[in-house]
Amino acid sequence: MDWMIVLTFVAQTIRISVPYTLAAVGATFSERGGVVNIALEGIMLNGAFTCALATYYTGNPWVGILAAVAGGVATALIHAVVTITFRAEQIVSGLAINLFAAGATRFLLKVIFGSSSNSGRIAGLPEWSIPVLREIPVVSTVFSSPLILTAVVLVVLSQLALFKTVFGLRLRSVGEHPEAADSLGVRVTAMRYAGVLASGALAGLGGAWLAMDQHSFTDGMSGGRGYIALAAMIVGKWNPLGAAGACLLFGAAESLQMQLQGGNVPTHFIQMIPYVATIAVLAGFIGRSVPPAADGVPYQKERQ
Amino acid sequence: MNTLHSARGKRGFFLVLTGLCVWLLLAACSLSCARKEKTDSDEARSGAAGAPFKVGLVFDVGGRGDKSFNDSAYRGLVRAKEELGVSFEYIEPGEGSDRASALRLMAKGDARVVFGIGFLFTDDITQTAKEFPDKKFACVDYTVTDAGGIPANLVALKFREEEGSFLIGAIAALKSKTGKLGFVGGMKIPLIKKFEAGYVAGATYVRPDVKVLVSYAGVTDNAFKNPSKGKELALTQYSKGADVIFHASGSTGLGVFEAARERGKLAIGVDSDQYAEAPGYILTSMIKDVDVAVLETIRAAMNGTFEGGVRTLGLKEGGINYVYDDNNKALIGEDVRAAVETLKQKIISGEIVVPST
Repeated sequence: MDWMIVLTFVAQTIRISVPYTLAAVGATFSERGGVVNIALEGIMLNGAFTCALATYYTGNPWVGILAAVAGGVATALIHAVVTITFRAEQIVSGLAINLFAAGATRFLLKVIFGSSSNSGRIAGLPEWSIPVLREIPVVSTVFSSPLILTAVVLVVLSQLALFKTVFGLRLRSVGEHPEAADSLGVRVTAMRYAGVLASGALAGLGGAWLAMDQHSFTDGMSGGRGYIALAAMIVGKWNPLGAAGACLLFGAAESLQMQLQGGNVPTHFIQMIPYVATIAVLAGFIGRSVPPAADGVPYQKERQ
Repeated sequence: MNTLHSARGKRGFFLVLTGLCVWLLLAACSLSCARKEKTDSDEARSGAAGAPFKVGLVFDVGGRGDKSFNDSAYRGLVRAKEELGVSFEYIEPGEGSDRASALRLMAKGDARVVFGIGFLFTDDITQTAKEFPDKKFACVDYTVTDAGGIPANLVALKFREEEGSFLIGAIAALKSKTGKLGFVGGMKIPLIKKFEAGYVAGATYVRPDVKVLVSYAGVTDNAFKNPSKGKELALTQYSKGADVIFHASGSTGLGVFEAARERGKLAIGVDSDQYAEAPGYILTSMIKDVDVAVLETIRAAMNGTFEGGVRTLGLKEGGINYVYDDNNKALIGEDVRAAVETLKQKIISGEIVVPST
């Protein structure tokens, strides 16, 4: 066994999983609080765009990261207002935001950068040199990326926040039984807003990864990753750790697909690998995946 | 009653808000479109006296500013305006079904020739050409099928991409130190397969022992706009030993260039000269002169020599070429240039027949 090939594969798997993971972990906050968030795709796209825009004009990638989070939160805020305050159908709102983001980013790309293809080149984040991790060949390139390290930390923090803190307990209660939570004095609307906005921040960060990795914004660069993240969250049973695991699995399948291309197996079969893996995992190994009871149900304080 | 009333009030407010958003979007869109059309017709009015010959064009996905295919078509329009004094208008359709209505809109107006840019137009433009027999139509990269046939007022502008790719393959093979090359395609369709076939043929022609790693980005048209995927595919090929990668994958290829920068290796652009995307890392680009095709079609229509059917442009007709200029002279080198020019003449004379599948 050639260890270099294995390490290349591991490094690639991690790189591919980063945007999935950030968006999927974000989605656990939104859905645990009872709001289905398929707007992830649009949030990532907007995050990538604001990241590229801010970095381009300030020359500082850290400002870009903040801008990506802000862009993600702002987009999520639309979803929150529409679905929580106005109790609109959550899937419809999410889809509308995805379409809106695709159109708006392309429009602004043309206005600001005069191109329908890509923005100007932006600076990337500086690399971090971490003891021990920097000694591993190939994989060290992955663990020198601030965003990847941040993502790892965020996964763990999210798991703790959701299951070990008062905030997490309240958020989950609002997603399971908002009436009961409300009767105990938990502010349902505020908690749900917090969940959706947290998912916006994380998915926006996922968008920042895409822009930073490419050193530019490219039209439609989220490329369906938001939807894959949503699937990963379901496979991960609405837990940040589970979602991250599922994202790694999807990333591995995609990486395997890339490594195998060019061999004797027809491309189309190889390109089925990620999808077959998804179906196999969903049907065979994960078992029943139960969403929060009030997921997708708008909450109305008084009913007639 | 009170809650019911307030619920209705809120819903009403929501509807108004939605309406406002939709209206804002539409207003922004129509404003920008109208602005463009206005400047174009203004320019035309000042450019030529009387009622100029009018040309309509519908862009492919990506639209103007894609730094590639569509921009090349646009250059053809601009040249036609400057050299032939025509006026033009264009539509950039969004996703999906707007294409047919955009073509119809152009045909219904006073445009005498209507262009559709890209293979996606094949079915729609055939249908529209049948509906408007007195107008002329042209489609770049039209997919010719056995069924139906092409109407007499429609010209299918096709390119022999395999010929240019052959030369690109030869350059790549001669410049490669490792003897391994890469190819990143968008979606595996006959059009992209032509690039791959020509590239592999050219590389093995000058260097029989060369190995070409071939990857495709996906199975939907999203494969042409996924730079992150392109980057990972290219990184994979570089890590397997390839040192020159040719892409035919739209903006997915921007990721290939990014990988070339990161690894200090070479990449090759497609459709337009893509040197500016990663200066120093772009060995050359295979150029598809969509602008020449557009210009010549307009000229033919004005002179009354327009003919329907398939028109194929290759090295011989000057519709396909590769970049060799001040930017990449040093990268390619005089000896390789000479060898490739010899190959070019052999293809033009028919001595070498390049496979397209």
